[in-house]
Amino acid sequence: MAEIIDLVLLGMLAITAFNIIFIKDLFTVVMLFGIYSFLSALIFVNLDAVDVAFTEAAVGAGISTVLMLGTLALTGRKEKASSHKTILPLLVVCVTGAALIYGTLDMPLFGDPDNPAHQHVAPRYIEDSPQEIGIPNMVTSVLASYRAFDTLGETAVVFAAAIGVLSLLGLPKRDRATIQSGLKSHLVLRVVAKMIIPLIVLFALYVQFHGDYGPGGGFQAGVIAAAALILYALVFGLPMATHVVPPRVLKALAALGVLIYAGTGVVSLFLSANFLDYSVLAEDPVAGQHIGIIAIELGVGITVFAAMLCIFYAFAGQTERKNIQ
Amino acid sequence: MSFIVDHYNYWIVVLLMMMGFYVVIAANNLVKKIVGLNIFQTSVFMMYISIGKVNGGSAPIAAEGITTYSNPLPHVLILTAIVVGVATTAVGLALVVRIKRAYGTVEENEFEDKEDLI
Amino acid sequence: MIEIISSVFLIVGAFFSLTGAVGIFKFPDFFTRVHAASVTDSISTILIIFGLILRTDFDLVAVKLLFILIFMLLTSPTASHALAKSARHGGLLTLAETRSDKKVGDD
Repeated sequence: MAEIIDLVLLGMLAITAFNIIFIKDLFTVVMLFGIYSFLSALIFVNLDAVDVAFTEAAVGAGISTVLMLGTLALTGRKEKASSHKTILPLLVVCVTGAALIYGTLDMPLFGDPDNPAHQHVAPRYIEDSPQEIGIPNMVTSVLASYRAFDTLGETAVVFAAAIGVLSLLGLPKRDRATIQSGLKSHLVLRVVAKMIIPLIVLFALYVQFHGDYGPGGGFQAGVIAAAALILYALVFGLPMATHVVPPRVLKALAALGVLIYAGTGVVSLFLSANFLDYSVLAEDPVAGQHIGIIAIELGVGITVFAAMLCIFYAFAGQTERKNIQ
Repeated sequence: MSFIVDHYNYWIVVLLMMMGFYVVIAANNLVKKIVGLNIFQTSVFMMYISIGKVNGGSAPIAAEGITTYSNPLPHVLILTAIVVGVATTAVGLALVVRIKRAYGTVEENEFEDKEDLI
Repeated sequence: MIEIISSVFLIVGAFFSLTGAVGIFKFPDFFTRVHAASVTDSISTILIIFGLILRTDFDLVAVKLLFILIFMLLTSPTASHALAKSARHGGLLTLAETRSDKKVGDD
């Protein structure tokens, strides 16, 4: 049964991508890309990757779409007819594709338990991590403990990307004069948004601290919390949002998250263990792992939240500036 | 039939990669190029998660009565890659916005021959 | 017994989803399409989530499903409302209005 669902969903994914190539209206392209992200999230669930699906649904369909729409508001929604010759790109792509398809014939069979990928480190993660780290979600144990160094790098990349966007676009100023803004005519939207934004923030906190036991963790929680504030900014206007969470605070928060993460590593260094080895953080190694994972997940959550919201502020600030001109 | 099921995921991955690659090199509009780049990126995600799947396995969250789990390692790699992916996409989009401001257009062939304004 | 009732809920819910999808393709203008999508969406969400709740042991999972239901019932009609209202503000006419406009133009 799962195979059939897999076949159908992957087919739909390919059709969506195929449509994206030919549509000239970029607004439709971005909407299709949102659908594409949701479809890939479904496929990830079907392939047992619940954590990944969660992230893809929040990031790909939520944040990406908003950012692309923000860009379209500035650059225009129509793609002009291309003067490029399409024969050469088509040829290059087809040759690459044919070589890769030929290559897949030698790939290990899909879903085979004897695949080389399942032989090396994965058995150890699956068999030992529930005792060694003491939390049921293996993805969180690998992410936050076994491969914590890798995750530190990823967090730093998110932070660096936020800095990159800020240096390109700059943050909007906090402006008290235009505090009355947003979608004034949409009364229903405002009332419902007021009701569900606290719920979304609460859900983000749940995802943050429940990530050890179920799907979730710092990355997802940060993105969901940022989505709550993005919704607030969309409905009540950017000036209101910058009033609630000032850009200055966000910049500090983004740095603070990376600092918490790296600081946890330095603390374990001082307690005469390896960098990011949490076993020494408490008397009992498993309790130490728990403390360490909560600390670094918090760091990841704060950085991702602040970085995503900073990026959104930068784009929304540009749009407002264009509207004023 | 089993030959198809054994390789179907990889074929779709290659197909998605081809489509993303085509949009990146053939599209004229920079926003569309970035969408194409994202499709390319998702095809890589799909590849990793497909490799991590074990037939009859369940999601890698330890629970009673379950003995087979899918491989958690690709999930970790892709989870972080998705968030980093959106962050880098944002940088790309920010560059597009700046290009629009400097040249007044985001169509590749239109600012190719303009003088350097920045 | 409960299994059968739950299956009926799920199948009817899936059927309503399908009619909504057909409606989006078959209906002639934007407002009827939004109507098709939103009405069938609400009823199929209720039916499917009730069907799923019947299959749980009425524990934490059932509570989570209830939360999802409440969230969907709040957001999905709001989204349809915002869509239709924005379309109206943007100057989109209903099918009846476009037709009567044409008649006025013909006379």
